[in-house]
Amino acid sequence: MSENETVVNITVNGKPVQAEPGEWVIAAAERAGVYIPHFCYHPRMNSVGMCRMCIVDIDTGRGPALQPSCMVAVSEGMVVDTTSEQTRKAQDGVLEFLLLNHPLDCPVCDKGGECPLQDQTMAYGPGESRFVEEKRHFEKPIPVNDFVYLDRERCILCDRCTRFADEVAGDPLITFQDRGDQTQVNTFPELPFSSYFSGNTVQICPVGALTAVPYRFKARPWDLTEVESTYPNPMGDRVVVQASRDQVLRYQGVDSDAVNWGWLTDKDRFSFEATASELRLQTPLIRGTPLGRPDPGGSELVETTWRQALTQAADAIKAAVADKGPQSVAVLGGARLTNEDQYTWARLAKAVIGTDNVDAQLDDGLPADAVLGLPRATINRACTPGGTVILLAPDPKEEQGTLYLRLRHAVVNDGVQLIEITPRATGLSHLAAHGLHHRPGEAAAVAAALVGGDIDSGPDGDIGGVPSADVAAAAAALADRADQPITVILGRPSLAESADFTLDAVAELARFANLLNAGGRPGIAFLPALHRGNVLGALDMGLAPGLLPGRTTLADGGRSLAESWGSVPSAPGAGTRDILKAAAEGRIDVLILLGADPLGDFPNSEQAEEALSQVGTIIASDLFLNPSAGRAHVVFPAAGFAERRGTHTNLEGRVTVQRQIITPPGTARADWAIATELARQLGADFGLGSPEEVWEEIAAVAPSHRGLSIEAIDASDDGVVVADSSIAFTPPESSASAPPTDAYSLRLVSARRMYDRGTLVQHTGSLAGLAPAAVLSVNPYDFSRVGVETGTDVKVISNVGEMDMPVVADPGVPRGTAAFGYNHPDLDVRDLVDPNAAVTDLRIQTR
Amino acid sequence: MTAPAPQDLRIITSRFGIEDGHTLAGYERTGGYAGLRRALEMAPADVHGEVRTASLLGRGGAGFPAGVKWGFCPPGVWPRYLVVNGDESEPGTYKDRLLMERDPHQLIEGCLIACYALGLSQCFLYVRGEMAHAQERLAAALNEAYEAGYVGANVLGAEDFSVDITLHWGAGAYIVGEETALIESLEGDRGMPRLKPPYFPASIGLYGKPTIVNNVETLANLPWIVSNGGEAFAAMGADSSTGTRVFAVSGHVANPGVFEVPFGTTTFRDIIFDPLYAGGMRPGRTLKTFIPGGASAPWFFEEHLDLPLEKTTVDQAGSMLGSGAIVVMDDTTDVVKACHNVVRFFARESCGKCTPCREGTSWLEKILSRILAGQGRPQDLDLLMDVCDNISPGIAWPPRQTTICPLGPSAVSPIASALERFRGEFEAYLPATAVTVAGVAS
Repeated sequence: MSENETVVNITVNGKPVQAEPGEWVIAAAERAGVYIPHFCYHPRMNSVGMCRMCIVDIDTGRGPALQPSCMVAVSEGMVVDTTSEQTRKAQDGVLEFLLLNHPLDCPVCDKGGECPLQDQTMAYGPGESRFVEEKRHFEKPIPVNDFVYLDRERCILCDRCTRFADEVAGDPLITFQDRGDQTQVNTFPELPFSSYFSGNTVQICPVGALTAVPYRFKARPWDLTEVESTYPNPMGDRVVVQASRDQVLRYQGVDSDAVNWGWLTDKDRFSFEATASELRLQTPLIRGTPLGRPDPGGSELVETTWRQALTQAADAIKAAVADKGPQSVAVLGGARLTNEDQYTWARLAKAVIGTDNVDAQLDDGLPADAVLGLPRATINRACTPGGTVILLAPDPKEEQGTLYLRLRHAVVNDGVQLIEITPRATGLSHLAAHGLHHRPGEAAAVAAALVGGDIDSGPDGDIGGVPSADVAAAAAALADRADQPITVILGRPSLAESADFTLDAVAELARFANLLNAGGRPGIAFLPALHRGNVLGALDMGLAPGLLPGRTTLADGGRSLAESWGSVPSAPGAGTRDILKAAAEGRIDVLILLGADPLGDFPNSEQAEEALSQVGTIIASDLFLNPSAGRAHVVFPAAGFAERRGTHTNLEGRVTVQRQIITPPGTARADWAIATELARQLGADFGLGSPEEVWEEIAAVAPSHRGLSIEAIDASDDGVVVADSSIAFTPPESSASAPPTDAYSLRLVSARRMYDRGTLVQHTGSLAGLAPAAVLSVNPYDFSRVGVETGTDVKVISNVGEMDMPVVADPGVPRGTAAFGYNHPDLDVRDLVDPNAAVTDLRIQTR
Repeated sequence: MTAPAPQDLRIITSRFGIEDGHTLAGYERTGGYAGLRRALEMAPADVHGEVRTASLLGRGGAGFPAGVKWGFCPPGVWPRYLVVNGDESEPGTYKDRLLMERDPHQLIEGCLIACYALGLSQCFLYVRGEMAHAQERLAAALNEAYEAGYVGANVLGAEDFSVDITLHWGAGAYIVGEETALIESLEGDRGMPRLKPPYFPASIGLYGKPTIVNNVETLANLPWIVSNGGEAFAAMGADSSTGTRVFAVSGHVANPGVFEVPFGTTTFRDIIFDPLYAGGMRPGRTLKTFIPGGASAPWFFEEHLDLPLEKTTVDQAGSMLGSGAIVVMDDTTDVVKACHNVVRFFARESCGKCTPCREGTSWLEKILSRILAGQGRPQDLDLLMDVCDNISPGIAWPPRQTTICPLGPSAVSPIASALERFRGEFEAYLPATAVTVAGVAS
């Protein structure tokens, strides 16, 4: 029996309407084309019935009565009249009430022109107010956090922002205070609305009470042009990009059922500031003298022409190939590009240059086969009511903000049970059915016990540091719902340990998946939560060693692709770690960096430094001159988001379009065009003149994408999920093992925080200062063992380095573990991590 | 058979004259906790049956039969809670306060009987924040009751009956008298009414569990009902309004106070004019109007005096018995000021949730303030009525509402009543000549 098969027949304004069971009257009416005015109702949040604007005549057999249509569910035979005299009178009354205390400052209000209150007033309201008394007064806008200003005079108390903070974000830091007509929204004393998602409240505010600092007074809505696009994060959040006078001024979330439900993180929402940064690269650069004269050995980067830069790059590549063979050229990065950019670079590298030393990930993710070789889940599958989510990934709240919001909703509202296999608590832990917070490096033992049903506890009655009773309870809960979909969110929970530990855990889950999925049940599927924009597209487009576009390997797809491409590399190449090792050993002559910063991002900073100093020619294509690009010999200025057309692939494998709305700065060009030009210099004509032509070629040669037209992607609101893959997951040959812990050390966990040293964050003025203080988080019970108090400045020592920082209590960090943010702007955790060790142990000394 | 003297019919105010009636000693000496002992000898369902037989109407305002309400808990859902609504805040109402101050053990015994009948083990007693004396007396009584074994584990040695009673003081909001707002407040949240449905907390209430919310006076009747039987209770008063009921008479009467009278047979004239009760108007004054059931009730006049204090009759006459507060106004009353006073109360007590109530009540108050200040305009009287109409469409009785709870429409009643009857008094406040704007030709 499926509820969806039944419909509820109601009548709206005399017209028969088929509604879904349980649907609110307001939603059913809107689907039928009857708009019921409202302010507080929001389809993604619980109804509160506060504004009373949506009150209409509803007759359920006892005669028409005024009822709020946002709180009444449809029932068979219901008669709704949104035009009755009684309805009109009541709605006019509510509108008049709302306007009593609302200031008439529309001409200076950001919301003017796109304001529901203004629109309703224009459509229905009286021309003059009958209110002759003094309006309510509050101090004009007060900041509730770094981005958001609150004007309580404009507020109509619809409870949207406060509900969002509480219900959706789980950060109930703004609330109603006082009562009656003095009711106001405000923060708690001394406690700002510090939420990663605060910008959403500005978007859903039905008046101009909440305004965002980066947009305040920048434009009038009617001066904005807009396109719908896909934000380049792994979630592929759907956005509207709004611009005026060739400058992006705002991103607004688009309510995509499949993806982000209209929400965005503040980090993404306000990152448009970086697009217009003065530090953007505008023109090609090559080495030169301090006086600006080109000089291959010069100490400076000097401006040049595209022709000169391309020639110089092509000459270096030709020389390297001629001298040491194609393997002496390597390509790193590309995760931030469009699918078309990635494909074109992949073709250039693999077909024209002939190297397979290509890797979009900087050794801080997971091997491609763990992403493409396991049954793939969608976000909606993960959120299936009654299902189970196993989190084997870094904190989604920090890294995949909108995925966190979707998961949070699923757990809170749809009975999804969350089982965490993480080395520390996450933003979802307080909602998790079972939090299995293991010792760093011991996820596999926990995963094995969870799915194997074999609870064999260690000498201390624990498994990987988790009490075996907890694991047993989680295993029972998982078995209990084995008939419902199980989704593993898969990522690198900590960068202070070897990726092999995660892969061992994946292998356990994959084994279980094979068993379970054979039984005709929904089984297990995986949702890869990797870091960096379009990293999933990069893997699909072959920017990984041994891979070709279309989720196939050199071995499987090489022969067929060679027919279109002319040739493909004969043997699989190296990944980032081995490329940089080879470079440090002088075996790489040309290193191409596609928006990549190995100095900043590669977990072994020393190795990266050594590599870059040894490479003969570094060619960088980037938006900004990051530390690695600063070492380049040729720099191409690339077009960024909103400056070029293309497609994007999210963690589900969902392909959606990105659209252009402004021109790139200076002479910056899209990467697909740069790669095509460089290929031409190397004697290959790709015959590609537009991103659409690139996509056409992808659809022709990439096996998993075969036949998928750009028109089909464009026509669907939610894009198209590419599901095919011929890659198989290969479990590690031998499982890694973590050395035993000693009583004097703390084992390190390091993962990214929302606000870090990332290029986009640092170039977005509003975000740059938001990184949390550099502190080492330790379980409060470990303080006496270590002999310090919270807040103490300590010296943190590992076998490779040491640094000073305060230590603070964090009950979310298990005992025996210490946590520090990866990519922190002030302290670089890589100085403590031994890249050759499986785990990182720290000792703490008081200074 | 001669009718008993009215004093003899006092059921729940019988200890009001006893100096130590609020102590356990005084309470036990005067037959206290006999009802509980009797109940413990009965099956819980039989106790519930007696209450149903008694046809005990809820004394909080809505007048819903308590025995029926008790039956609304969905089967099989546990735990369940009893919540006592002691947040009596309606202007003119002070019967529950006196019941808590003068006879706290009677309320505790009522709670215990209700818990026994319903199989509950946790009761929350929510007392209005301002009632310091009632709080002290209740807390002292509860301590005594715990010590004596009436409350706590194994009540009076019963093997399978344990009850904890938790006291909770309100933070000063009238709206918390509304039962769902009270539950929100009890949970530690802002006291705002919950959305309906669910219409009764009996299905989903405190902490999302089935919850019976009863008024103080309602529960105070239980010891007598169990001791004397539901039929004896039902024999008192009128058929539709059984037992006795406590009314608080205030205002311009000779002897204001709290009076327990047979429910449904006593008339307004009796309670206002009988020397046994309020004793008539102050010397030399005549009745102008009276509020029959708390500040939110439409006003009554001379012609309503012979109506019985009975729910249905009063409802049909266009008002309500509500919270049992009768406010009497004599011929010296300035109705515009009286009206303003009541409306100001509701404007200040609006929780701020629904637009019509939040904005409408304060607008009404501002218009009335302006009229009282001599700055009224002729159109203001119609404006008052139209604003009222937008809060309570049709200004009918029982009121329809554009709001979640009835607080907004409560502010409409006094304006509608006063304007209909005493329009002239409002007009008298308007400036004699129309205000003309300088420079504009009339």
